[in-house]
Amino acid sequence: MSAIKPVNQKAWWLVLPVVVCVAFSAVLPLMTVVNYSLQDIISPERRVFVGTEWFSAVMRDEELHGALLRQLGFSLAVLAVEIPLGIMLALSMPARGWQASAVLVVVALSLLIPWNVVGTIWQIFGRADIGLLGATLQKMGFDYSYTGNATHAWITVLTMDVWHWTPLVALLCYAGLRSIPDAYYQAARIDGASKFAVFRYIQLPKMRGVLMIAVLLRFMDSFMIYTEPFVLTGGGPGNATTFLSEYLTQKAVGQFDVGPAAAFSLIYFLIILLFCFILYNWMQRVGAAKQEGIEHE
Amino acid sequence: MARIDLDLAHAYGPNPKQDSDYALLPLKMSFADGGAYALLGPSGCGKTTMLNIMSGLLMPSTGSVRFDDRDVTRLSPQERNIAQVFQFPVIYDTMSVADNLAFPLRNRKMPEDQVRKRVGEIAEMLELSGQLDRRAADLAADAKQKISLGRGLVRPDVSAVLFDEPLTVIDPHLKWQLRRKLKQIHHELKLTLIYVTHDQVEALTFADQVMVMTRGRAVQVGSADALFERPQHTFVGHFIGSPGMNFLPARVQGRTLEVAGRVLPLSSELALSEGEYKLGIRPEYVALASADTPGALPATATQVLDIGTHALLTAQCGEWALKARLNPEATLPRLGETVWLQVLGTHACFYQNEELVP
Repeated sequence: MSAIKPVNQKAWWLVLPVVVCVAFSAVLPLMTVVNYSLQDIISPERRVFVGTEWFSAVMRDEELHGALLRQLGFSLAVLAVEIPLGIMLALSMPARGWQASAVLVVVALSLLIPWNVVGTIWQIFGRADIGLLGATLQKMGFDYSYTGNATHAWITVLTMDVWHWTPLVALLCYAGLRSIPDAYYQAARIDGASKFAVFRYIQLPKMRGVLMIAVLLRFMDSFMIYTEPFVLTGGGPGNATTFLSEYLTQKAVGQFDVGPAAAFSLIYFLIILLFCFILYNWMQRVGAAKQEGIEHE
Repeated sequence: MARIDLDLAHAYGPNPKQDSDYALLPLKMSFADGGAYALLGPSGCGKTTMLNIMSGLLMPSTGSVRFDDRDVTRLSPQERNIAQVFQFPVIYDTMSVADNLAFPLRNRKMPEDQVRKRVGEIAEMLELSGQLDRRAADLAADAKQKISLGRGLVRPDVSAVLFDEPLTVIDPHLKWQLRRKLKQIHHELKLTLIYVTHDQVEALTFADQVMVMTRGRAVQVGSADALFERPQHTFVGHFIGSPGMNFLPARVQGRTLEVAGRVLPLSSELALSEGEYKLGIRPEYVALASADTPGALPATATQVLDIGTHALLTAQCGEWALKARLNPEATLPRLGETVWLQVLGTHACFYQNEELVP
């Protein structure tokens, strides 16, 4: 004789609102994109199923390859500048006292500014006629113009990103540095370690976890950059600063090539998803290592 | 190697006014070359402060530190050539065990063949030879602490090696082993070792000379025997020994001595002037006596614990509790029974203002 467990499935109703919300806000829009990527929509009434044609077309698109390469180049440049600069900033920030709080607030300031405002600030800042930076450079004899010169535009977008986001790297590194117990520095002094040795053998290894997070965050974020270059250069001159998001928008909203744009959206989405996956795994592993460290102590 | 002389005081805040503002009250202390010393005291008594001042991590607010009559007060740890081991293991995560041990030597540009030889010797002493090539970060806490100890001992020419409670993270059975190892190393290398601890057993077994500290004050420096037999300060009596010394109020008046409210004859050997005292007697020296023995007090037994090697009797004498260590073979008093306990004798110490009266 076994007691019959009463089965009650009513709880599923409680999940329903979430399912509806998520379906409405995420699943259905995504499926719409999938839908577009498989059809050639000629007019609202006429559509033709084209299978994977858009995907193969997108894969062969020279312009898109250009945008992808520019994007990778930009993201790598962002990392190459922001990570070392952020570490240097964090190392030179005061550790305690009111100065520490003051510096933290000042450093974090640029993180609070909305993307399009950052773009606008730099657009005006860089103008050759009235902008502080542009006019000063002109006075000094540089023929600086982010609207006319591709290199200048590229450097300006990079500088803007560095200006906007290096503080994030610095804050993460600062947190990593503060978690190093004083005993490590004391031991290093006793062992006669040079400043560089302290950095190389204590600070850098202890910052490994936060640095990994900083690298992946900055990589992903810069990989999706849209608003700032859109406001500043509009992707130009030519397509010198047309990165992936910019290109995608031009295709989907500008030329109304919904099919290829949808196909590419999905590929773009998969690329980002891949990086998210890597980031998540990294954070998990770093977290696990931390736990172990605590248990040992 | 060097003799270390301290003549200093230290306060962490500016403008210290009263005693409690000081982490270390003015003190004079000398550590002989090649000696094994222990600084013993409860947490927050200033022992780590004193160690950090000796190593040069901290500069004393007043006074000086001298190594062999050379004033080193303002010199860095590196210039003082001193080694220090901390309470929690400090290892360089990315390095192997061998590189960790070699780090202080390489920083001082020792030739590589000598570095390897020295690292080999130290690893041998600390039984780390089998793990030299492993990544230090992968080892267990006690092995990590051995690496820290090794880094402290690896330089052959240091002025002194300072240990700041280095065995806190080590398992009890390994503690004994490592302590013996340290003693052995002390004999082999003839280094000046200064060992900070709050564990009296650790201090008394490790060091030739133990300095007992409380509230920023060094109250007694002496051998284990001296600290046990003639505590200079009631704190030493209370802190050293398990359980600590019994204290009873005493008053000398004319030729009588009143202890815990009972008048006893004052023996002529005791040269005490009239006044209030505290009588201190170790539980080891409190013996059962027959009724009305001179120098004995009546008390009521309130607790008897048989701890195997001895029995611990707690007895109430008026409002004061007295502890006594008794032979468990003897007939132990029953609870509530009145016992006579011998408190006066050669081992009794008298204190005035917490200081021993000679």
